Amino acid sequence: MIAAVKTFVKSLSIGLMLLLPLSLSAQAANSEAVGTKAPDFTLKSNQGDNVRLAEQRGQVVMLNFWASWCAPCRKEMPLLDELHQRYESAGFVLYGVNVESDPSAGDKLIKDLGVSFPILYDTDSIASQAYSVDAMPTTVVIDRDGVIRYVNRGYRGGDEEKYRTQVKELIRE
Amino acid sequence: MNTAPLARVGLALLALSVCACTPWVKPYEREHLADQVMSFDRDPIATGYLNHVYEAREASRGAEGGSGGGCGCN
Amino acid sequence: MVVINNTLARGIVALCLLLPLAAAAEVLQPDRLDVMYHSYDGGGATIDGPSVLVRKNVADTVSVSGGYYVDMVSSASIDVLATASEYSEKRTEYSVGLDYLHDKTLMSLGYTESTESDYEAETISAGISQTFFGDLTTLSMGLSFGDNAVGVNGNDDFAASAKNYRYKLSLSQVLSKSLIAVFSAESIVDEGFLNNPYRQVRYKDTSVPRGYSYQSEVYPLTRNSDAFSVRGIYYLPWRASVRADARYHDDSWGISASNIELRYLHTIGEEWLLEAKYRAYTQSEADFYSDLFPYRDAQNFLARDKELSEFSSDSFGLGATYTLPERWLSVFEKGTVNLYWDHFQFDYDNFRNVLDTEAPVGEEELYAFDANVIRLYFSFWY
Repeated sequence: MIAAVKTFVKSLSIGLMLLLPLSLSAQAANSEAVGTKAPDFTLKSNQGDNVRLAEQRGQVVMLNFWASWCAPCRKEMPLLDELHQRYESAGFVLYGVNVESDPSAGDKLIKDLGVSFPILYDTDSIASQAYSVDAMPTTVVIDRDGVIRYVNRGYRGGDEEKYRTQVKELIRE
Repeated sequence: MNTAPLARVGLALLALSVCACTPWVKPYEREHLADQVMSFDRDPIATGYLNHVYEAREASRGAEGGSGGGCGCN
Repeated sequence: MVVINNTLARGIVALCLLLPLAAAAEVLQPDRLDVMYHSYDGGGATIDGPSVLVRKNVADTVSVSGGYYVDMVSSASIDVLATASEYSEKRTEYSVGLDYLHDKTLMSLGYTESTESDYEAETISAGISQTFFGDLTTLSMGLSFGDNAVGVNGNDDFAASAKNYRYKLSLSQVLSKSLIAVFSAESIVDEGFLNNPYRQVRYKDTSVPRGYSYQSEVYPLTRNSDAFSVRGIYYLPWRASVRADARYHDDSWGISASNIELRYLHTIGEEWLLEAKYRAYTQSEADFYSDLFPYRDAQNFLARDKELSEFSSDSFGLGATYTLPERWLSVFEKGTVNLYWDHFQFDYDNFRNVLDTEAPVGEEELYAFDANVIRLYFSFWY
């Protein structure tokens, strides 16, 4: 029995040692986006005309990449709505970028939750690829000069406070 | 204990680590994977009971569970 | 006198009902309550009862779960009818589990206790699960340790114990947007009193009119088994999927077994999920198994348990899940009602039906039986 445990633990440690560098390298890749110019895009909006990111310069922009099948995304939405309503008048705009190829499930969720911020439809994954979205949800905060300042990957309870701090800081600039 | 199969699992992991490719399914492409029909164990209480029936009536046991897939969130 | 089916299997039920490795490693399993009525009816035995499972998440990182399960047994199975009379029994099982999620790592602990009049089992389990490579790969490892106390109804002097160790490794890999596969390996070690204290083997005995006599079964004190499985699910564009499972088992008692299973899942609208399943299982006999030994004490180890014989079993299952309309739910976010039926057919190649008294000894008809398993359950998410 002891021999069995030894072999088992050995195989497991080898496995973990080999895979750990991979997961770490994925983390490193994403922090390179901070400080670079936010890639421009034009997407259809649920509130009328198309929206072009470059035209929002002068405002602090938050892009929240979400999907209807993502549980943390659904939890985060009402909290993002609060952020949007609170700071809209101070030069802040929040866009919910729906990454699904078929937006109908997303539209249903928006209706059920009753959120008021504009939703952009990234059905061809143009924006998702441009921003190297590697986690769901991903919340990117862009300053008034169009430079990416924060990339928040995933959502955990309490993260909305972190977003508020980031937005307030950039609004004051 | 027969260790050859575990060694094979170890080799599979080695192969995966040597591969220099980036993840080929992006998190925003995981719509199908998040669907309930793609879950190995959507109702643990039901799967657990059926595995219990198999183990009670048959001599073999083990290797029924597993996890992974899903939405890939957070 | 009471005859019970495979005592060891009952001691290991813990893992099946509260497996800590059943979650995806990046997000905790959602809060839910499941209430199930389960029923097994076949080969003269009826076993049914309730099963309840509750899960609650705390602070986004911790998940607590609790389970309650009862088997009410009413048995007039072939083993019972051959050597005893019909009996009733009740087994109660409680389980608790704790999951802790830290970034991409999920750590789990579980404890299960099962009690009946002549058998007590306690199991503790621990598991760890990690996602890698853009969340495409999940590596899981699990350990469990079980301590079982075996008794005999009506005999307070009899006390034996058995220990059970399980080690499991599993690798889940997303292969494409529509395909996911899991490879699992599990090794199990049993030590101690591994047989059933009531069960008997038979041997040729010309000194009695019926031609054979009985003696107690004798099993080895250890059993090591290895099992490997490959499972995959492929998404079909109309919100359906096909799934294939294959498993191979080998052990130190000489039993090698394999099974394959195919499953088709189909969604209709927003409310209905249908499932159809087929499974084929086959196993070889244990080295020390025989339906009829040539004389008393013919071997060091003796078994006549049909579960250790050479047999094959086919089963097919159908099931449906209906999502309840939201207006029917008050406290809950989502609710489903589920009904799953599985039909089993067991065909034994070298276990004979001793109730066939017309045939000569050793040439009775081979035993076979059908069983129906029903799972009726309600699931609620909150």
